[in-house]
Formats: sequence, structure tokens, C-alpha cells
Amino acid sequence: MAKTIGEINEKIKAGKAVVVTAEEIIGIARQDGMKAAAEKVDVVTTGTFAPMCSSGAYFNIGHAKPRIKLGGGRVYLNDVLAYAAFAAADLFIGANALPDDDPRNRVHPGEFNYGGGHVIEELVAGKDIRLSAMAYGTDCYPRKRLETWINIKDLNEAVLFNIRNAYQNYNIAANLSGKTIYTYMGVLKANLGNINYCSAGQLSPLLNDPCYKTIGIGTRIFLGGGVGYVAWQGTQHNPDVPRTEGSVPTRGAGTLAVIGDLKQMTARWLVGTSMLGYGCTLSVGIGVPIPILSEEMVRYTAVTDEEIFGAVVDYSEAYPNLKPDIIAEVSYAQLKSGLVTVQGKEVPTASLSSYSRAVEIANDLKQWILNGQFLLTSPVSPLPGVESGITFKPLKERPIND
Amino acid sequence: MAVAKRIVLRFPQRLVDRPIVSRLVRDYNLDFNILKASVTQDDEGLMVLELSGQQNDYDRGIGYLTTSGVQIQSLSQDVLRNEERCTHCGACVTVCPPHAFEVDPVTRKVLFNDEKCVACGLCIKACPPRAMEVHF
Repeated sequence: MAKTIGEINEKIKAGKAVVVTAEEIIGIARQDGMKAAAEKVDVVTTGTFAPMCSSGAYFNIGHAKPRIKLGGGRVYLNDVLAYAAFAAADLFIGANALPDDDPRNRVHPGEFNYGGGHVIEELVAGKDIRLSAMAYGTDCYPRKRLETWINIKDLNEAVLFNIRNAYQNYNIAANLSGKTIYTYMGVLKANLGNINYCSAGQLSPLLNDPCYKTIGIGTRIFLGGGVGYVAWQGTQHNPDVPRTEGSVPTRGAGTLAVIGDLKQMTARWLVGTSMLGYGCTLSVGIGVPIPILSEEMVRYTAVTDEEIFGAVVDYSEAYPNLKPDIIAEVSYAQLKSGLVTVQGKEVPTASLSSYSRAVEIANDLKQWILNGQFLLTSPVSPLPGVESGITFKPLKERPIND
Repeated sequence: MAVAKRIVLRFPQRLVDRPIVSRLVRDYNLDFNILKASVTQDDEGLMVLELSGQQNDYDRGIGYLTTSGVQIQSLSQDVLRNEERCTHCGACVTVCPPHAFEVDPVTRKVLFNDEKCVACGLCIKACPPRAMEVHF
């Protein structure tokens, strides 16, 4: 019997909802069957915690006396460049931003110990952040210099706004070349020395709702330890990729843009992260509740690591040169065993996504719902699916000959 | 009783050009395996080695090193994991040559077995949240 989100919310308010994690639903579906599980379970919670580079935060610092117009000026937060091209007092800082004097990869591999992701983590942790601004001065905003400490508790608004998170599946990285390479997928040893992957697999939000039947614009979620919302499909959202019989994408597919009040988030779930030889980023914790509206949603959420496959890509040659070639397809169950056989070689695997933290998020979200403090939402509008015809286009370079 | 221990030796500048470790073999019947050796910015020598032999020879050898002016630390204290910072992602697992990191198959947490650690330092910069710290 089909349920509605309204009915599930009534059960949550009455303390009668049955909520399980995307790990727990696997056993329930196996034991009770899909039909019985659909009747019994109301919500399945998912989770993921991993470096998510297209993350950032915006905030309003309030007006200085006399006033200064940051827009069009240059602003640094703990020496890290922030984006100041709005009005007088608004700023945006991206996770990958670096201090001007960071040596980058001048001595390769660069360390990238501090960047935008670390500023966001420290801001959330309640630490004072040093703001240094230069502006050009106007009649109504006369100041040209501002040096001050800022703290999240004094900001008017502080909002996490990540334009691409929670990738639905992802490349699995290897290195076929003869030397170690340093990538956003971690350190990859020469001659297929290791394989790195980055997905929570059977716990990952979009892998539990592969056709975006319940997750859409406006969906309320766990974000950075607080409550957030799906704002839009993420950039590079690419639903039309090869899929398994169970509709699970076998390549990077859907993505989410997410938003939420930074003031109620915690540094445990927004961790400044450094990728050797690559750059700075932010590890983000996200959990999405999936309402079990029908038997179909049990089938989707009961997906196991054995049924989720990803493509192993060579990051020494195919990836940098935008070649579509893949080395192999392997399942997340194989990856999680610690060894996969690729090109006749047993290769050790490592994860960049913290599965134990993903479990923790799914359990936290489950607890919030059981406590009646978190209600489910109907999407305002669905995410574009396979039928949308959306494709992820490469850049069409056009030489400038003037 | 036979023993095998991993230790960190610091040689002050005045000892750097003297043959010291070789006497452990010649005079104290000990075997050694050098895991790491370097000269620091202050021209001090730093050596990580595994020393093995009979307990009484080992004790006499350590006594000789100490009276020579070599500072000795046990190795397991030297690479530490900041448990607050570690997110248990697993990026360290395949980077570590002696396989000191292991993923618990049930909890999926990363276990750090500092007995296996040779203090090579490869995990320090490869750790995305910078949870591994080296203290020499």
C-alpha cells in the first residue's frame, strides 16, 4: 500500500514512525521481502562524509563605521582570498581558495596545509578569523582599509552553500604510469600500485534513490551536522550514464547543490582537508532521508555494495587528457574487501570517503526523525532525470585570433 | 632472552662523524636494521633502527650509546594519530609501506598499529585532515 509523505510525517509526530538506515534496510528486505518491508518501514536514512571540493560559504559581516564597500575590493580571511564582488558587506569563500603566498606546487607535491576549507572549519568551530580588506572608497563608503577579527556569532548571516556535493557514484582512481602521482583522489602509486575510491556505496544518498523519485529541490537533509536543504541539482548533474538493471549508475551521475545555516553546523562534519600535490578542500557530512512511499523505494534503498559498480580510471593519462577509456569495472564490495584484481594484478584499495562517519550520519538522522525533531519534505520540483536529456558537456574551446 | 626493539637515536653534532653504531655489532653482538637515517638542520644525526640480540647484550649496548652521548627514544611514541582530527577515511592505508594501518572489516574504522610503524613519515602529508603527527 502506497504511503504519502504527509502520512509519514503524522507518524513521526506521533512517535510511531519506523526509521532504519540504508544498511539496516538490506537485512529487513531480505528477511521480510520487499512488500512487507514497504509496509513496515517509513523512512530509510543515508549518509556520506568525504572531501567535496565545490563547497563554500557566504556571510554578511555587518557595516563598519565609517562604512567600507567590500564589493570590488580584495578581502582575505586568515590570509585566504575570499570572493568580494557583491555589495558592501557580503563575502563568499570557496573550499579550494589558498593564501597568496602558499607555494602551491612550486615544489611538487605541494602540501596545501591551509585554505578555504580550513577557514570554514575554524569559523564553524567558533574561532576568531582575521579579516583584511582593501577597497577603493566612495562618497558613501569612504573607507579603504579594514583589519578586524570576525566571529561566526557576530555575523548577520552565515550560510554553507555547496554547488556540487554528494556525487552519485564516482571514478575509481588508479595510476598506470611509472611514477607516483598526486591527485584529488589521493596519492596513487606507480604501475597500478593502489586504487582509491570515494563513495559511501550502499549508504550514499543518491545511490539509494537512483532515479530521483523522492530527493528533489527543497528536500530537507542533514548537512554539516545541522539541517540543510537541497537547493538545486548540483553542477555537472549527469543522469544519463550507463546503469545496472537496478537503475544504479555505474559512472558519476547525479549531484546535489545544498544549502544550510552554518551557525547550527559543527566542525566535526565540516573538516578542512589537504590533498597532497592537489590543493585544499572541505570534507562535508550529508545525510538524506528517503521516504518509503512504495515497494519500489524498498528495492532502491536495499541496494548493496555487491550491486554498485564503478569505473576504474587511469589518472596518469586518461583522466588528465579527458579520454573516456576505463581500465575495469569493479563493485564496491570488492573495493571494500581491500584488494581488487585489475589487469591480472591484485591491487590494494583505499577509501577517501569515511564509511564509519557515513554510518554515524545515517544513525544521527535516524535519531532526529525518531525524536520527532526532523520532518520529511516533498520536493518543490524534481531533479532532472534520464528523460531530461541533460548531458555533461566538455568545454568546446574556440581559439581567440584577434 | 632475545629482544628486538625499534628505537630513535639522536646524535649531537660532535658525534655525527664517529663510528658508533658499528660498535654495537662488534662489541655487543647486536644486529641492527636501519629504517631511516638523516642529518637535521642543526647538523644533528637522526637514526631510526631496529636493534636485536640477547637482552643482556641489548642492555649493555644501550648503556654504551647513552654514555657516548646519544639520546635514545623508543619509536612507538614518535608517530602519533590525533584522534580528534582523524575521520577514518582510509587514505593512509595503501600509502604506508609496513602496512601499519588496517580497516576494521566491521566498523570500517582505520586501526593504527604503531608496533608496525617505521616512522618513514609518508602518512603525514598523505593524510587529508592532517591527523598523523611526527614527534622526533
